[in-house]
Amino acid sequence: MKARLFSYNFANTYIHRLSGLTKLACFLFLTFAVMFSYDLRVILVILILSTCLMVVSRIKFSQIRTMVWYVAGFLLINAILTFFFAPEYGVSIYKTRHELVDLFGKYSLTSEQLFYQLTQVMKYASVIPLGMIFILTTNPSEFASSLSGVGVNYKISFAVSLTLRYFPDIQRAYTDISQAQQARGMEMSAKANPWKRFKSALLIIIPLIFSTLERIDLITNAMDLRGFGKRNKRTWYIRKNMNYEDWIAFMFCAFLFFGTLAVSAFINHSRFYNPFV
Amino acid sequence: MTDTPIIEFADFTFQYFSQAEPTLHDINLKIYPGEKILIIGPSGSGKSTIGHCLNGLIPFYYKGETRGSLQIKGKETSGQDIFSLSKIVGTVLQDSDGQFVGLTVGEDIAFAMENDCIPGEEMRERVERVSRMVDMDRFLLSSPYELSGGQKQRTALAGVMIDNVDILLFDEPLANLDPATGKTAIEIIDEIHRSSGKTVIIIEHRLEDVLHCPVDRIILINEGRILADMDPHTMVSSDLLRQNGIREPLYVTAMKYAGIAVTPELYPGYLNTLDIQKVAPQLETWFQKVKPIPPKIYEDVSLDLQGVTYSYDGITNVLDNIQIQIHRGEMLAVVGRNGAGKSTLAKLLCGFIHEDTGAIAYEGISLAKQSIKERAEVIGYVMQNPNQMISKAMIFDEVALGCRLRGVPEEEIKPRVEKVLKVCGLLPFITWPISALSYGQKKRVTIASILVLDPRVIILDEPTAGQDFRHYTDIMQFLREINLSGVTILLVTHDMHLMLEYTPRAVVLSDGKLVADARAADVLTNMGVISQANLKETSLYHLAQKAGLRDATGFVQHFIDFEGKVRA
Repeated sequence: MKARLFSYNFANTYIHRLSGLTKLACFLFLTFAVMFSYDLRVILVILILSTCLMVVSRIKFSQIRTMVWYVAGFLLINAILTFFFAPEYGVSIYKTRHELVDLFGKYSLTSEQLFYQLTQVMKYASVIPLGMIFILTTNPSEFASSLSGVGVNYKISFAVSLTLRYFPDIQRAYTDISQAQQARGMEMSAKANPWKRFKSALLIIIPLIFSTLERIDLITNAMDLRGFGKRNKRTWYIRKNMNYEDWIAFMFCAFLFFGTLAVSAFINHSRFYNPFV
Repeated sequence: MTDTPIIEFADFTFQYFSQAEPTLHDINLKIYPGEKILIIGPSGSGKSTIGHCLNGLIPFYYKGETRGSLQIKGKETSGQDIFSLSKIVGTVLQDSDGQFVGLTVGEDIAFAMENDCIPGEEMRERVERVSRMVDMDRFLLSSPYELSGGQKQRTALAGVMIDNVDILLFDEPLANLDPATGKTAIEIIDEIHRSSGKTVIIIEHRLEDVLHCPVDRIILINEGRILADMDPHTMVSSDLLRQNGIREPLYVTAMKYAGIAVTPELYPGYLNTLDIQKVAPQLETWFQKVKPIPPKIYEDVSLDLQGVTYSYDGITNVLDNIQIQIHRGEMLAVVGRNGAGKSTLAKLLCGFIHEDTGAIAYEGISLAKQSIKERAEVIGYVMQNPNQMISKAMIFDEVALGCRLRGVPEEEIKPRVEKVLKVCGLLPFITWPISALSYGQKKRVTIASILVLDPRVIILDEPTAGQDFRHYTDIMQFLREINLSGVTILLVTHDMHLMLEYTPRAVVLSDGKLVADARAADVLTNMGVISQANLKETSLYHLAQKAGLRDATGFVQHFIDFEGKVRA
């Protein structure tokens, strides 16, 4: 079948074996670390780490190809816009100005700006793979059980898990509906103007919502009939207990997070790393 | 069997708050422990409402007003909630896909126990035990996508049996199953009924398929009232079925065509109890009397598929060297089990995907370079679920959509839409919102929205899925009229009645290969093809065999021809 944007696949790797709770905690630790720090060295460490994790968890490029292209496109647009709206932002951060090329008008390319934008791109590039790993290696039901393990209401946890589970189905429905509507003459290409494209999107989204609501109705009945929501608590058939592998991963990510904070506090004395002074 | 009923309706009336009239009127019905009951009725008859009252979805989920009494195990249901009822009545819903709550078989079976806060150890042990009862213990780690239809049914059954319920309620268990899986499902229900002694209630409209295994009583319901409560032999012999929009078993129809007076004394409820000695001579005479009608010959080739091969992943061919010629004005069925390549074939024809090798031509012109939109000028595609196509609130706008997207001037659109709505019998509703229509009418709207583009070929995906006999007949008669007006029609279907009654030719796919391209009568009597396509041999064939007719396939064809004449 055509590659889906997200879908959980089981493989027996270290990452897959970790409990959903551990993965959630590690994901949050690493994401906060990267979001906080503008130190390219730290970011590169995490980027290398997330690439390694990708390999360890045996995620194939074909599984994430679509997503990678979207992200690459987004990063490119983001970089161009940042440059045009704030060409001197790097200078204001690093307090020096090394001009490389004088472009046009008031625009010129500085080393500071280049470095700042490189840092920014790397931040995204290191966090996004982590998100993909998390989604692709976590069994949705297990994830729900972990959420409820940290005190989230189990109904909310279950809703999250059902959403993750039905994601592939909804994507399939989206493709089917989109094809059928194209056959009726709906324009999907980039040639159409934004307003037209918005109207086209409605032609897909409205049937998608209605057919999804039908499914929700059915699953709600099925769940009610089997006693969902009867009590304030529930147990989980597939809950995994934390074992030593989980603790290793947890400690390692916690160490990276606090390490990042320490680098900013004691070495850079700022969230930015400045190579220009 | 004891004398105390396990379920007792007494002067029971129910009205949904959203309805002006009660859906159930003065229901009086007693069901005893260990019985196996079939409740039949057309769509909207109230049969599903009876099911909802039993399992507590009424009033928990669907609100309304109740009068009279309904007791289950001697207790009034009005005082109980859905959770306590679910411990007595286990419900298996019609869509075994949609009700799969867990991510794996084991998890799904355990769902009710999770909600009861049963500790993990005990859950695993009970899941193990119940899954063995339904023969699913080897699949506990499988996900629903890896299971066959029958295995999903078994899982659903285990999921309700885990609570050791007394009553098993099956709400349209056959609705989404292909014929072979449906047959298996009925056998599974029978096997569980025999081994557990539980009370079984089946709500269905596909009578012949349910009667593949014995039932104790059949309750016929229509317009909210119980019209009959009979054993299968009496029920099948009566005219009540036809009068109330239920299809009688085909072999019964055949006997009636042959001039046989069908009475309970013949034991006609099931094919294997039928007293064949008494009817064989008349069947023989009927068969001999009429000479076969030569099949209609079509001259012009409309769609021509030459050696078409397609693969999604580059490894397995979903379609492998397919060779089909479809003639102008033909109406044919494309059949095969799930994953056989039927939908892929439809997608290739519409240009949603492109063949790896081979060629598709329409009226001698290659379609290879044509876009989806261009192909749609000649080939229309109607999806199975109308809700997946409808994107406008008003009927007129929905049907006009394709024209508007193509930039047809508004003054030209109006007469076109009106003409199409007239053909589809929807003209009186032209100013209505779509939400006011029934499922069958919505289906017509989607067909109209394709017809308005004036295609020469229409592909319909499962046009009759989930429809009762009356709606089925409406839709098929309508398609036949369109077909007679010159439109070529391709039906992707599991429905064997449809093949027998409407499509003279059937194309059978199995594992991406074309395994048969023949008359429907030949396909439905060929055991090899039947098992490859998850079909089921028609009861007409068995009837002919039992009666000792030499040419059983010829008998089936004879029935089709005769039926055609009766209808005309």
